[in-house]
Amino acid sequence: MHIEKNIKTLIIKKPLKLDCGKTIKDFPIAYETYGSLNSKKDNAILVFHALTGDQFVTGLNPITKKDGWWSYAVGPDKAIDTNKYFVICCNVIGGCMGSFGPSHKNPDNNSVFGTNFPVITINDIVNAQYNLLEHFGIDKLFSITGGSMGGMQVLQFITNFPNKSKTVIPIATTSSHSAQNIALNELGRQAITADSNWKDGNYISNNTSPGKGLAVARMAAHITYLSKKGLQEKFGRKLQEREDLKFGFDADFQIESYLRYQGSVFVDRFDANSYLYITRAMDYFDLTKQFKGNLSDAFKNTKAKFFIISFTSDWLYPTQENKDIVIALNSIGADVGFVEIESDKGHDSFLLDVPDFLNALKNFLDKSYIENQK
Amino acid sequence: MKNEFKVIADLIENDKKVLDVGCADGTLMKYLKDNKNTNIRGLEISKEKVQECIAKGLTVIEGNAEKDLKQFPDKSFDYVVLSQTLQAFLNPELVLKELLRVGKKAIVTIPNFGYWKVRFHLLFKGTMPITKALPDEWYSTPNLHMCTIKDFVYFVKSRDIKIFKSLALNNLNTSLINESNLGMKNLFADLGIFLIEK
Repeated sequence: MHIEKNIKTLIIKKPLKLDCGKTIKDFPIAYETYGSLNSKKDNAILVFHALTGDQFVTGLNPITKKDGWWSYAVGPDKAIDTNKYFVICCNVIGGCMGSFGPSHKNPDNNSVFGTNFPVITINDIVNAQYNLLEHFGIDKLFSITGGSMGGMQVLQFITNFPNKSKTVIPIATTSSHSAQNIALNELGRQAITADSNWKDGNYISNNTSPGKGLAVARMAAHITYLSKKGLQEKFGRKLQEREDLKFGFDADFQIESYLRYQGSVFVDRFDANSYLYITRAMDYFDLTKQFKGNLSDAFKNTKAKFFIISFTSDWLYPTQENKDIVIALNSIGADVGFVEIESDKGHDSFLLDVPDFLNALKNFLDKSYIENQK
Repeated sequence: MKNEFKVIADLIENDKKVLDVGCADGTLMKYLKDNKNTNIRGLEISKEKVQECIAKGLTVIEGNAEKDLKQFPDKSFDYVVLSQTLQAFLNPELVLKELLRVGKKAIVTIPNFGYWKVRFHLLFKGTMPITKALPDEWYSTPNLHMCTIKDFVYFVKSRDIKIFKSLALNNLNTSLINESNLGMKNLFADLGIFLIEK
């Protein structure tokens, strides 16, 4: 992958001790910004991306040439209005859009890390990103937000840095990856490692690519991002460019063709080992366990204002898991609002044009910002 | 803003922490926040109303009082307000108990089924009463457990709940309810407002 141009990177000189025990230093964090930081430096929003996202939140992604992953929510006059706010997003470490990850070369032996890259956690990811605040001279963020794995980073960030954000917006997320979540991630990892081109993670030096395995992982995951009703309404049993069944194993149904397409475009932009590392970080995420079974303790030092959002048809990170976070916050008297948005679009709702969601996000941010100015 | 809310607001001192249960579009919350510097939270079951509250910059949790009050710790609010919804719960006694656990004090208002217009409606028309405070038909009303001011007073006394203040509302007139005028107020008020503590 030739991705160096169009990518801004910050080299983190300070050593970072990872949860696995290893220490990394002089590593790159790739980031992008939108809007401008005001003179008081009080309008910055740190956005965290989900499993397969990257730092290119909105507008044209210069690498994939597609719209940024949160184009519906972020931009001029949008819910996260870049006319008002300065939006920062980093590629997670372990990722493949410029931040330190398994496709990088190990400076010690000049060979590609592959599975010799240290296993990282959500905690490591946010600790690495914290360096961006110092870089921009921001003492306190106005908000932190993100959906899915982005929401996990939101929760971990405010836990680690309780007075570094005024508002906190975790979306469609969980405080602890469930058995079902882990099972689905394991399915994806097994698909990748079962591909003979994976070569124990050394596919780059072998000039191969486990594209088939990665595509299957993406196809399986993609199903989990949608709802049964949404799938049925969009595809039903419609056939793909044919009048009748062909009695074979081609893509007879539109849903098959759609999933194959999703799998094939994904392998062009994503690194298989990054998929292993990032899903692992999600599986290891258990904020409740970090605080010995009492999630409330994670938030006891923060005075931030929380706003938690879930979606009715999200079965991957269902409302109840989001509500558990609300309950933990209420039990310590924290300032927390919560809304469950009606949507048939499944877990992906937070990425899509869901007006109730986008309005709630915009109203919360804009009203909180005005209040902060008082 | 309706008179009921002004009367409720008058019962709450400045700078208090208040939970509005069934806060609807947040009218009372907004008033308390702007005029009494209240640290205000709301609990509301309707998604549309929650959105209206968010648009007003209010902190609201979408939820159901019968299930969701239990997440708040004991005495975590100075006041908990429940306006004209006690009669709509499956188990009003449980909700009342929860209000008094979560709040140091509770302010509960009830549409009075003993109001003379209600009594007349049933007596002379022979159909279920429809009044300003009870606008719905029998088949579409959310109300399950209607009571009179007298019923409510007897009930809280039987549960050892202290009544600090009882007010009778009739349109714009507010008056105190005491033991000697209870029968009259029960006839002439369409709304009862009670400040209680357990």
